Amino acid sequence: MRLRRIVPRLTMTVSVAAPAVISCWSCKGPVAARALFCSVCGAVQGPGDIDHFTRLGLGPGYDVDLDALDRQYFGFQRRLHPDRFAAKSSREKAFSQQQATALNDAYETLKDPLKRAAYLLRLAGKPVDLNSSATISDPVLLMEQMEKREAIAEAADVAEIGALIAEAEAEVAGCQKDLSAAFAANRQGEAAQLAVRLKYLLKLVEDARSRKVRMAGR
Amino acid sequence: MLLQLHEPGETPAPHADETGLAVGIDLGTTNSVVAMVQAGKPEVLRGEDGRGLMPSVVCYGEDGSVVVGEHAREAILETPERVVSSIKRLMGRGLEDVKGLAGTLPYDVESAPQGGMVRLRVSGRVLTPVEISADILRAIRGRAEAALGRAVDRAVVTVPAYFDDAARTATKDAARLAGLEVLRLVNEPTAAALAYGLDNGAEGLYAVYDLGGGTFDISLLRMEKGVFQVKATGGDAALGGDDIDHAVAEYFLAERTANLGEQTITAGEAKQALMVARLGKECLSRKMGGEWMIEVDGKPSRHFLDRATLDRLATPFIERTLEICRGVLEDAGATAADIHGVVLVGGSTRMPLVRAKVAEMFGRPPLSDINPDEVVAVGAALQAEALTAGSDTLLLDVTPLSLGIETMGGIVEKVIPRNQPIPVAMAQEFTTYQDGQTAMAIHVVQGEREMVDQCRSLARFVLGGIPPMTAGAARIRVTFAVDADGLLTVSAQETTTGIEQHVAVKPSYGLGDEEMARMLRDSLENARDDMDRRLFTEAVVEARRSALAVGSALAADGDLLSDAERRAIDEALAAVEAAIAGGDRDTVNGAVEDLETATKGFAEKRMDRGIRQALAGIAVDHLDEALSDGE
Repeated sequence: MRLRRIVPRLTMTVSVAAPAVISCWSCKGPVAARALFCSVCGAVQGPGDIDHFTRLGLGPGYDVDLDALDRQYFGFQRRLHPDRFAAKSSREKAFSQQQATALNDAYETLKDPLKRAAYLLRLAGKPVDLNSSATISDPVLLMEQMEKREAIAEAADVAEIGALIAEAEAEVAGCQKDLSAAFAANRQGEAAQLAVRLKYLLKLVEDARSRKVRMAGR
Repeated sequence: MLLQLHEPGETPAPHADETGLAVGIDLGTTNSVVAMVQAGKPEVLRGEDGRGLMPSVVCYGEDGSVVVGEHAREAILETPERVVSSIKRLMGRGLEDVKGLAGTLPYDVESAPQGGMVRLRVSGRVLTPVEISADILRAIRGRAEAALGRAVDRAVVTVPAYFDDAARTATKDAARLAGLEVLRLVNEPTAAALAYGLDNGAEGLYAVYDLGGGTFDISLLRMEKGVFQVKATGGDAALGGDDIDHAVAEYFLAERTANLGEQTITAGEAKQALMVARLGKECLSRKMGGEWMIEVDGKPSRHFLDRATLDRLATPFIERTLEICRGVLEDAGATAADIHGVVLVGGSTRMPLVRAKVAEMFGRPPLSDINPDEVVAVGAALQAEALTAGSDTLLLDVTPLSLGIETMGGIVEKVIPRNQPIPVAMAQEFTTYQDGQTAMAIHVVQGEREMVDQCRSLARFVLGGIPPMTAGAARIRVTFAVDADGLLTVSAQETTTGIEQHVAVKPSYGLGDEEMARMLRDSLENARDDMDRRLFTEAVVEARRSALAVGSALAADGDLLSDAERRAIDEALAAVEAAIAGGDRDTVNGAVEDLETATKGFAEKRMDRGIRQALAGIAVDHLDEALSDGE
């Protein structure tokens, strides 16, 4: 096997001003570039190159109302999911699958506080790679994480670990609030640091929860 | 009629006269069930004997006859060597996989000439699990047609959520061999949730615990107002009631050999012990104990089994299911307390031990008000109806297992993680390892482990035509796409040059295209007709789409045409209609091409007008489907 993984190049997608009107693949007439369906013949259109917020009809920004996100996502899937096109021609099926795939990508990205932060940074042209960096370069964050991990590893019972989880969850909430403020003020450098911190805090909560489940299961 | 209008995204009324009916099929390890929505209500279609369950058992007679169902199951006692049961466990499996089940399979297995899917030797024939499953599906289709008095040619077929890509493909192939177009493969727990949720108006987070004859699935779903969103799923495609039967059978056989003073167990003894074990297990769901007899070659032996002994034999298997449940809860970031209800599916959930353990784990008594044997088929029928007649419910399922690629050192690089909503497409970039390297071997695997040899091999292919560059310079973007059936396609592109490869994926445990084509020819008496008809139907769907699109365009922008231009288009439309009525595929395709030519100038005029209006800043609103509101 001769394969080596490449860390994805996180270049910003430069959005060239797309023509507002394109040709419908089905009736060949004019259709708005972002339309889901042709207003003349009703055929489903391709997903187009739009950002995740626009795709789900949400305003851009770090603060996302998760209930609204669900509502929008379900609403679009209700109209675009391949299940709605089972009796249609193969091209309509293919476009529906592309649309549903794009919706799932947008939903999964915006739903997750960490992926959402990374995505906003990418949109702003300041990408961070949150997948690869196994080591923490910030010494303060490193110390803090080591201490917290030690506390979780040494927790004697379910109650103690539960308290530590609650504490970490509060920090997650605080970190998200800071992220929101940083994005709102266009301070991407700070947002990037906070995103890294959020990544470790979330991992901490996850590991603590599974330790708690294992302790309770015994 | 040309100016037929329909709402965007809405399915036009199906042409009931042209196609057969669409049913829902639960193709089970032990039993299969078929159901259909009639007059808005799902009904299980029963055989002449009034039973909804058809044993997934096939008896191959020496005379070439094929018997499926109850009679085949009875034949196990007389001619065990000619009977195949539990074939679902071998779907998409290779000989290596089956060795793990060594001794538990009461028939001879062999590998295909070039590896690939395992084959069975039965009554002088060599059959693939796909062909045997097709025989079961043919019988199920026959039952449905007899009950409905109409042709059935389309189906939603359920599969265990934990089925991998090879097993899903095998199931779809089996349906094709049986003359059924698969509208959708639906995961069994999801189908059960659909049947259950629609009946009970359930809202919140639900767990579906599905323990069948050969497979175990657990799915966590969020149900609300017509949306069924799978949050996480897990399971074991080789864990089920069969394992408990085998444990009981071994217990009986150990007694029998001890009592009769025998050293060896014959295949006949093994099969009969298995059957008696199953009977005993089922009986103990109602009673506390009983006595059974095994008699082979005139040598009888008696065996006593009580609830406590059965529970002791079954406990390791039930514990394994609970362990999987805990993992799935963790995946979903939920605890047992978050679960609003637990739905039981599968015949094996009739065991009191299963009910007690599940109740204990989730802290609430499980729900089983729909017959656990029939609930999956009912859900499949509802989905078949939704796909053919339209529906407001939405099923959002996930990938059960991670999909990845082998990289250096046999390490798996995950491309799509498990529990991703489908359809999904994700890409990963790779590069070359040697200077001037022009080809790359790609090995696609499925599973959660880090090493390739612990995951399941799905396919291997070679990506050629990479322009020679220094090592590490090429950028090969490999894209995995999983469709709504949970089936994977892989494509690859060299991004610095844009060279795209249409990769021929050779399934590690699948059937080749040629083999499939041969089977189709062999299996359908009227295979040619059937295939021609299907191609014609496809051409008609496309022709109707074209004609409707032109009709809509005429209604919107007909004023752009002169009378002569209009007449030419009308004639081309009439020719399409005539071709459809004529019944010849090539004529239909030709008429559609002529229509495209006839409307070319019209399309240009429409685009001109559209762009003019857009530039003038008018009428863009009416073109723009509101993006702001998904509802």
